Amino acid sequence: MGVTRGWRSALAGTVAASLALAAIVAALGPALTVIPIEVLRLVVGALLLVFGLQWLRKAILRASGWRALRDEDSVFERETAAARTADSEEHAGLDWYGFTVSFKGVLLEGLEVAFIVLTFGSTQGSIPLAIVGAAAAVVLVVIAGIVVRGPLSRVPENTLAFAVGVMLTTFGTFWGAEGAGVDWPGGDASLPVVLGFVVLVSLGYVTALRRRRVALA
Amino acid sequence: MKRFALFWWDFVVGDDWRVAVGIAIALGLTAVLATTWATAWIVLPLAVAAVLWMSLRRVAR
Repeated sequence: MGVTRGWRSALAGTVAASLALAAIVAALGPALTVIPIEVLRLVVGALLLVFGLQWLRKAILRASGWRALRDEDSVFERETAAARTADSEEHAGLDWYGFTVSFKGVLLEGLEVAFIVLTFGSTQGSIPLAIVGAAAAVVLVVIAGIVVRGPLSRVPENTLAFAVGVMLTTFGTFWGAEGAGVDWPGGDASLPVVLGFVVLVSLGYVTALRRRRVALA
Repeated sequence: MKRFALFWWDFVVGDDWRVAVGIAIALGLTAVLATTWATAWIVLPLAVAAVLWMSLRRVAR
């Protein structure tokens, strides 16, 4: 949006969405701490599993060739062309298209991140530490964006999606089971075992689906 | 209101609603078994693997 519609409107949309996210986090953060930990782990585990399996499902389908890998260059070209040809409408001195697209993008993507940060922080008893981790990630992404200044074609997107899916599914399985009343053998020490299981199963599915695709071709 | 509900449905449930239903059933089953069976921790990882495979197979037919 900054490149095609002007930085002023894009940055205004980004700042407005960031403030909305900060308000959501400020409202939800303290509320989460009063929920019993077992209930919180059950609900958070279920949601992380649903989110994680969505990520993992897409990443496995792409890695096995059943769904096309995202071509970031062509996505960038398409989005840039759409932004350039969109109607120009001004509100409060801002290009409304640039503002709303930036606002919507930052708010929707940020909402998922905010949910993950809040739930990880509250189930492990330290929301501030989780926020520090998230802030460090934001700084790294901003630096990467400034350095790259273009399409994210050099980022191994599907590998990242696979890793995110594996992590969310692992924590979702661990906390979901604990919330349902299960005692993991070895307590927290079983978390790496669950991680290994999720990785092995996912890689196994990639191999199985690749073979199936070759067999059907 | 409808758009608001659709947004949250899409945000939480996503592409395949059967995954969300499968996870809910698996967690319920785990909660029931955990009261009488010490090894009930095995249920959820296996159920997650099964739900993921069924969702993948629907696409890769």
